[in-house]
Amino acid sequence: MQFENWQAFFAMGGYGLFVWLSFGAFAALMLGSYVVLKVQRRNLLSAIRAEQARRKRIEASKG
Amino acid sequence: MWKWLHPYAKTEQTYFLCQRLFPWFAFLAVIALLTGCVWGLAYAPADYQQGDSARIMYVHVPTAILSMSTYAAMAIAALIGLVWQIRTADMAVAAIAPVGAVVTLLALLTGAAWGKPMWGTWWVWDARLTSELILLFMYLGVWALYHAFDDKQTGGKAAGLMAIVGVVNLPIIHYSVEWWNTLHQGASITKFAKPSIAPEMLWPLLINLFGLAMAIGALALLSLQNEILRREIKRPWVQKLGEQA
Repeated sequence: MQFENWQAFFAMGGYGLFVWLSFGAFAALMLGSYVVLKVQRRNLLSAIRAEQARRKRIEASKG
Repeated sequence: MWKWLHPYAKTEQTYFLCQRLFPWFAFLAVIALLTGCVWGLAYAPADYQQGDSARIMYVHVPTAILSMSTYAAMAIAALIGLVWQIRTADMAVAAIAPVGAVVTLLALLTGAAWGKPMWGTWWVWDARLTSELILLFMYLGVWALYHAFDDKQTGGKAAGLMAIVGVVNLPIIHYSVEWWNTLHQGASITKFAKPSIAPEMLWPLLINLFGLAMAIGALALLSLQNEILRREIKRPWVQKLGEQA
């Protein structure tokens, strides 16, 4: 460990803002990309299901 | 020789291959990135000139290197799509472009956050920074061009062509620090020479490089699966997938 305590760790020798900005942006954008892709997947699959349900209803109404 | 590849021209095969590969990529990415970031932030020594601000290197260098590798991967997919007319390769181009754009944006953001304390400015219009910004626009251009056509066959061709033309930017980025006088420093790690960086700093850097490569792979796999679903939504196997979910 290069730092004496947590305070020194967060301060990063006075460069805290820049270091944490970089690592924060990295974590946020990588995790964000994952979440966006997962939400897209869920929406695609639910759109497929909605379309199938619609077709079933049309079939049913035709009797 | 390449026969084993042929089944993956079928989107269904590729979709389930992505499904199988994703956990491995994701697992390796999480383990490596956590290790590399903790090592780089807490255990690696501070730079003797730049102090703790040099820790930005552990995210900046991997994103910068891989923003170019990802572009090369996208261009190879584009070439395969154009030469052999494989639709799945066009989908891969469309899938990789947004992921590459995110990585390039990260290289620019972390670079700005490093430039401010060291150079005294967030941004300068110097050769390295400008050519990397152009890389971001290339990614966005490829992505936009693909989606600009209702006919995705045409869109795939147009985007693929743009991706291949954009390859010319890669050597420009790489050699920009040698060809022009730039504020940006030269390379510290290259394939051809012994790295001019202390091993205690090199290890976390390489681990993060590997981790980010895996993460980009994992995101590209997810993205490709989504693109396949979008394009093949009317196919029976996709319909069956919807019923199961």
